[in-house]
Amino acid sequence: MEPQFQPGDRVRIRVNYPARHFRTPGYIQGKIGHVVGVHGAFRNPEALAYGGDGLPKQFLYLVRFPQSHIWNTTPAASDTLYIDIYEPWLESA
Amino acid sequence: MPHEHPHDHAAHAPIVASHAMTPYEKRASAIESLLLAKGFISAEAMRQKLEEIDAITPALGTRVVARAWVDPAFKAQLLVNAKEAIATLGIETDALTTLVALENTSTIHNVVVCTLCSCYPRALLGLPPDWYKSLNYRSRVVVGPRGVLREFGTDIPADVEVRVYDSTADMRYLVIPERPAGTEQLREAELAELVTRDSMIGVAKARTPVAV
Repeated sequence: MEPQFQPGDRVRIRVNYPARHFRTPGYIQGKIGHVVGVHGAFRNPEALAYGGDGLPKQFLYLVRFPQSHIWNTTPAASDTLYIDIYEPWLESA
Repeated sequence: MPHEHPHDHAAHAPIVASHAMTPYEKRASAIESLLLAKGFISAEAMRQKLEEIDAITPALGTRVVARAWVDPAFKAQLLVNAKEAIATLGIETDALTTLVALENTSTIHNVVVCTLCSCYPRALLGLPPDWYKSLNYRSRVVVGPRGVLREFGTDIPADVEVRVYDSTADMRYLVIPERPAGTEQLREAELAELVTRDSMIGVAKARTPVAV
């Protein structure tokens, strides 16, 4: 199993509010950032939450966003947000 | 002979439960009762685990940071593979498989939050402070980190990048604060005393040594 994305890739966080446990905060959904790292593959917490085995494992990525791309406020231009996102929540952008 | 001591029972208000149980407390209590009743865990095993959890303090983390300050090779390893590095200090690392160390520098200030719940490197720092779990901190530090840091007494210069880490998944983040100036002569154990819990979350800097 190979990760679908690599450091440097431009990605959009999918928009989805499933009626179940999910671990991608609403504020980052629909935003575009860049992959900065691949943490590895982990059991899916969205299945583990219901007593499942969380398999197959999913790749987990560290994704960087400029703060100014997320909020309508005026954060310092240099400031960033780093967040861990599972592969099914990412799409190329 | 519980009542031979002479104090006056009218001197204080009767001791009563301070609040009604919340739905979550009731649920946790019900699950605990079931686990015990069905024999999945024993009361002694649970008591022992709680004691272990409560015994972990930020002191473990301060050792890691102090070593990183004095030993560049250790710091390099810590930033690449935190678990391997920490194991060399003789610290229990079973629960640390997903730890990532973040180095604060003169140009980057990292601060950690879990906007979804209260993810925290408990194996190194113990239980998180109440404010870390509060909706106030979790919702505000992602939107306006500089303002929140200022409330903690931490002013970040405009030319320093503030990096907010939202710990949403399996990774746990430990901030390595900057080594304070004027500490060149201090020994490792003395340096560890300058490292605070809050500096390892990233809402504060390490303490500066008191002027002699």
